[in-house]
Amino acid sequence: MKGGGLSIELRAAGWFLGPALSVILMFQLIPAGAAFLLSLTDFDLYTFAAPDTLRIVGLHNYQLLLQDGRFWLALRNTLYFVGLGGILTLGLSLGTALWLNQRFVRFRALLRTVYFAPVVTTLVAVAIVWRYIYHARYGLLNQGLQLLGLEPVDWLGDPRWALPSLVLMAVWKNYGYSLLIFMAALQAVPEELYDAARIDGAGCWQQFRHVTLPALRPVILLTGLITANGYFQVFAEPYVMTGGGPLDATLTMVLLLYEQGFRWWRLGYAAALAFVLFVLMLLLSVVLLRLQRESQR
Amino acid sequence: MRDRFIDLIRLRWWLLVLLGWLILGGCGREDGRERLVFWVFGREGEQVRLLIEAFELEHPDLRVDLQQIPWSAAYERLLTAYVGGQLPDVAQMGNSWLAQFAELHVLEDLSTWIREADLDTTDFFEGVWMANRIDGCLCGLPWYVDTRVIFYRTDLLRRAGYERMPTTWMEWSRLMQRLVDPPAGARYALWLLPDWSSLVIFGMQNDAPLLGVRGAYGNFRDERFRRAFRFYLDLFDARLVPLSGTTQLGSVYQEFARGQLALFISGPWSVGELRDRLPDSLQNRWATAPLPGPDGPGVSLAGGASLVIFRGTRHPEAARKLVRFLTRPDVQLRFYELTGDLPVRRSVWQLPPLRDDRQIDGFREQLARIRPLPAIPEWEAIAARIQYYAEAAKRGLLSPEEALTMLDREVDLLLDKRRRRISAGKYRPAAHY
Repeated sequence: MKGGGLSIELRAAGWFLGPALSVILMFQLIPAGAAFLLSLTDFDLYTFAAPDTLRIVGLHNYQLLLQDGRFWLALRNTLYFVGLGGILTLGLSLGTALWLNQRFVRFRALLRTVYFAPVVTTLVAVAIVWRYIYHARYGLLNQGLQLLGLEPVDWLGDPRWALPSLVLMAVWKNYGYSLLIFMAALQAVPEELYDAARIDGAGCWQQFRHVTLPALRPVILLTGLITANGYFQVFAEPYVMTGGGPLDATLTMVLLLYEQGFRWWRLGYAAALAFVLFVLMLLLSVVLLRLQRESQR
Repeated sequence: MRDRFIDLIRLRWWLLVLLGWLILGGCGREDGRERLVFWVFGREGEQVRLLIEAFELEHPDLRVDLQQIPWSAAYERLLTAYVGGQLPDVAQMGNSWLAQFAELHVLEDLSTWIREADLDTTDFFEGVWMANRIDGCLCGLPWYVDTRVIFYRTDLLRRAGYERMPTTWMEWSRLMQRLVDPPAGARYALWLLPDWSSLVIFGMQNDAPLLGVRGAYGNFRDERFRRAFRFYLDLFDARLVPLSGTTQLGSVYQEFARGQLALFISGPWSVGELRDRLPDSLQNRWATAPLPGPDGPGVSLAGGASLVIFRGTRHPEAARKLVRFLTRPDVQLRFYELTGDLPVRRSVWQLPPLRDDRQIDGFREQLARIRPLPAIPEWEAIAARIQYYAEAAKRGLLSPEEALTMLDREVDLLLDKRRRRISAGKYRPAAHY
């Protein structure tokens, strides 16, 4: 029975989705819109004292951003994190998942729990332990280097090594999550495909290339997307370990945003930064999702 | 339904009693005393409780609600409270924050009260008093003072041929060179705090203005600051100071004890640390001295914290009583004994424990020569950039000229809004910064 307007199914859908959609509207879309409007103003500490001095400056904040050397440095550091961290995380978790998937591996459930444990450990506890590991004099890493007869490295104090050190810690902490996803995906690959490949004379590597990878491709892309999104927003690791130093070597986008917005109270500028980050992440997500959709065909 | 309800009461009556007790227990007790909210930060928060009890004994009609907040969260808490209209009556406030909160117009001007209250203002160290004068108003009363002096090993100094710390930069450089050569043989002569404070102190000692008139521009290319910058960088070039705090020096106090480090610049907290950590045999082999300056004894930073009263407090009289109590000489002395924070009043330094402690002579002399930092809201952001460029020049990534030029350019950008407000006449013309 059709009324003058929407079909009864659409109306029912509306009622069911309504509460969830209104929550998203109120707590995500409206604040995001407000943040965008904020980025068009010069809101800072002085505005708190004298709200009438607030000016709409249009895209001036974005202009300032593009001219700011620190923005480009933060962007470079963040992309480094996404690139190196993403590849290491995916590689490590895929490799471990493949290994754990072998029939001869015992205690699979226990190992899975052990590898997942870093994901649920508090970052501050992890940071304290890793600070000890990275300590220039008494840290585990440098003790190891000295045993091998090499020079100690100031992992967190040397601008060349600080970022890779943080990437290593972040990968260690996060790969368990992707590991779980890959293990589940590997279980879903039908055994007959492997049997067929073996009958055709395929070795281990060829089985991986021609059976496992194609079957896993959509999952790899999705996990890659989630991991990359997470690394784009890396904040806690540099904040806790190095504070952005030395010499801004570990300054990331969100850390810069936090510093500008919540330490110096330049909220307009910080909002502009947040939007640039959003656009970048949106672009990457669109690209990866398109690749994933194609691979599912 | 009714039966089930009766059953509930019969069998689980104790649960209802418990619930009732918890709910009623949440109701506050009205005891007729006036209630003051006092925010304290950091270590001082734990120690000041005893002083508050003494205050309540003296003023039985007042009650102080002491709230302790760690330093890391303090700034955000204050700002959030401001936005939410939940500011306390009295708070401790670091000197470097006074300008920002004065800008927000939340601090009560204490000038008239001080005049009428017959408080001996000359008893306070002048440098720290000046730090509380912002845009013509007295924004707080100094509570404790903090400055930087040199801690040194007396035996190493003697081995290098000096009885006392020199008072000029040139003599000091000569001493430091002798400290790394035999017979003193330290690995490093001096350790500097890895932040902007050392460079800024050298600049202030050389009378560099740091910022332009009214704090409207960066003035780091001024010749006086340049000279201070060169002095600072030369210390690292000559390897008298370690470059990176973490690689080359395990722990400052440890190396100091081992004689691998002869001097370090630090604040009052190091007195307590040295007394705790050094073995007894070394306890009488260290001392403090005021900082040397370009041509004679130099100035140092006027740090520390003040007590502020927030505008709109509903208990102004009581708040003033509390602030007055905490800055009384006898209470200041007791505070020093509890925390090791240096008193702001000269008269307190004449009293027994401080008067007879020879090891803090450096602080005693330096406090007569302290200067406040520029009292503008943007100072923290500017200081962070100073630190960045000092670090870059130290490591040879930028030449001193480049570093100062880029620093000036960034600081000019940071001060853009302040310039606009100055030209719009928002600040009193006679104000210093």
